[in-house]
Amino acid sequence: MSIPDSKTEEAVALSRRGFLGLLGKGAVCAGAIVGAGSAIGASQVGSGKHAFQQNDQQYAEAVNNPPKIPEYNWNDHQWAMGVDTTRCIGCLRCMEACKMENSVQMDANHHRTWVERYVYLEGSSTALVDSQTDPKNIENSGSETKFRFDNRYRNVKVAKAFFVAKLCNQCEHPSCVQVCPTGATFKSKDGPVLIDTTYCIGCQYCVQACPYGARSFNQSRGTAEKCNWCYHRITKGLNPACVEVCPTGSRIFGDRNDPESPISLFIRNNHVQVLKPEMGNAPNVFYIGLDKEVV
Amino acid sequence: MEHVFDHVTPYIGYVYPNETDFPWSQLIVIYPYITGLVAGAFVISSLHHVFNIKSFAPISRFALLTALCFMVFAPSPLLFHLGQPTRAFNAVITPHWTSAMAAFGYVAGFYLCLLILEVWFAFRADIVAMSKVRSGIMGKVYGWLSLGSDDVSPRALAIDHKVARILSMIGIPAACGLHGYVGFVFGSLKTREWWSSDLMPVIFLLSAVGSGVGLIIVLYVIVSKFRKTPILDETMRGLLYVMFTGVAVVMVIEGLEMLEMVYKAREGIDTVMALVAGPIWAGMYIQWGMSAFAMLVTSALLVFNTHGKRLVTWLFLSGLAMMIGVLAMRWNVVIGGQELSKTMKGLLTFTPELFGRESLFTVLIITICPYILLVLITKLLPPWNEKIEPDHRVSEVHKLA
Repeated sequence: MSIPDSKTEEAVALSRRGFLGLLGKGAVCAGAIVGAGSAIGASQVGSGKHAFQQNDQQYAEAVNNPPKIPEYNWNDHQWAMGVDTTRCIGCLRCMEACKMENSVQMDANHHRTWVERYVYLEGSSTALVDSQTDPKNIENSGSETKFRFDNRYRNVKVAKAFFVAKLCNQCEHPSCVQVCPTGATFKSKDGPVLIDTTYCIGCQYCVQACPYGARSFNQSRGTAEKCNWCYHRITKGLNPACVEVCPTGSRIFGDRNDPESPISLFIRNNHVQVLKPEMGNAPNVFYIGLDKEVV
Repeated sequence: MEHVFDHVTPYIGYVYPNETDFPWSQLIVIYPYITGLVAGAFVISSLHHVFNIKSFAPISRFALLTALCFMVFAPSPLLFHLGQPTRAFNAVITPHWTSAMAAFGYVAGFYLCLLILEVWFAFRADIVAMSKVRSGIMGKVYGWLSLGSDDVSPRALAIDHKVARILSMIGIPAACGLHGYVGFVFGSLKTREWWSSDLMPVIFLLSAVGSGVGLIIVLYVIVSKFRKTPILDETMRGLLYVMFTGVAVVMVIEGLEMLEMVYKAREGIDTVMALVAGPIWAGMYIQWGMSAFAMLVTSALLVFNTHGKRLVTWLFLSGLAMMIGVLAMRWNVVIGGQELSKTMKGLLTFTPELFGRESLFTVLIITICPYILLVLITKLLPPWNEKIEPDHRVSEVHKLA
């Protein structure tokens, strides 16, 4: 069996009529995004702290009765992700999509993915770095659930600036798995590092051990939390939510076992780097356009 | 600005967003502190039991009970810290052996059993004697505690002593293992510059001995005042020697670790220096100030060959200083390590909560518990040789082997 891949989909020739049709769809999509954005604001006001947390019943159902995917074989896949920092515009729709898709805690202190902004001011040899967690950014957007960078550099001369998206690197040698005392977190055959939240004791040793700060602690569940590349989606042949919503295609996802998949092409056609290679973790998120200042 | 999340740790520079939820709080500060006290107290007890150093005879059994009482509460800070405390035994039932933490249940369990066994063998003669002397419910309790083994013939007592001695011998590497292991839990994390040092287990172990000796000195002086018994000069001199050695070595090793870090000056050393001068400056002053005080005082006591009341006063003060200094050191390591961001571009400032599950109040309760248990257990099993049976049966025990 195989999962439908984007490459197998029939290529559509872009005629003038088709192009206009696409424009129309784009307008609808843009409307949907605006709608979703305002929905976040509304639901946050309505339901208090954790607007997109599953309720206890939903969580129990998901844990006790996980969806079965009979036709999926994890030995057939080797998932990987690429980040093209030269394309990222810092719109933070990936953060928003992740929070909604995975019911991550809706505050600025727990993320499965985030975007860092690096800015070199003229004459400076080091970069200024911030993320959405920066209180100034939250103040500017007015809410922790509105993901936006402020415009703090508008009155200064910027020499160079870029965004770097961060997420779990699903390492080949994951420190978090090494230090987990119960084996609740483990490396799956197809790449992602997963957590069995019914077995995690919440010691947070994994949070300490992750060199990339990709793990957090879910206070309400008392267990560790991290990006799993939307395992529930990729096992059904879908892209992770962050990849799906990225408007510039700066996040690339696919199966390395397939030489023609987007990620295989991305790695083959670019000089890719990984974050903190000196840690020896062998990350599976590949970057292009990194800078010496990127942490 | 108001945050949705209550426990936001403020920062300067750039830190990873998830780091603003501080993972290990003050409870993880007192966990290595308490196990350190256990290791130190046990070493004092062993100096008599294993090496037969006579000056420690009067306090060796008291030190053993102290070690036991603190060991009983050593895992409690961890339990309070776990997000899912009811699943704590998952790590014991299905240990994931690549994790240093998976060994905790076994290491602590083994050591606790060893302490209980050693206490039983060291006190069996007394338990038997008490079961004969005391009437009523306490007589029964002592009868149960003796586990039906009421033979107090010289041969049986000699066996008791021998077994206690062997257990104590096993206990020395076990105590070192227990505490070196705690150091390994921190030192083996490559992620954190402040922890990731090969010297970490050694530093933890040596400072443990320092704080443990300090604890025994402080308790011995206080208990003797309460019981209105003389504080033996010979014992205090013995404790002075151990204290001096402990403080001297630990200060040198800690100094070397700091020097190595500064000298290597790897990427982010500026942030390390900012950490020392910033969030943990008070802790560093207390740690080094108290150590220096203990070092100077013990040196002076040795140089001037001080005895008597002056020795008691100053050694008591340096013991107290060492306990405070090592507590500060634990704070500097555990909290300081997390205040230094993994990005090496930012510093967090942790502020402990006063009340709640993970708070200073919890820490206070957990810290007091071993002392209360010690008071109770010394009532049950008086460790002071001179007060036991008229025929001095117990004080003979150690001379028989």
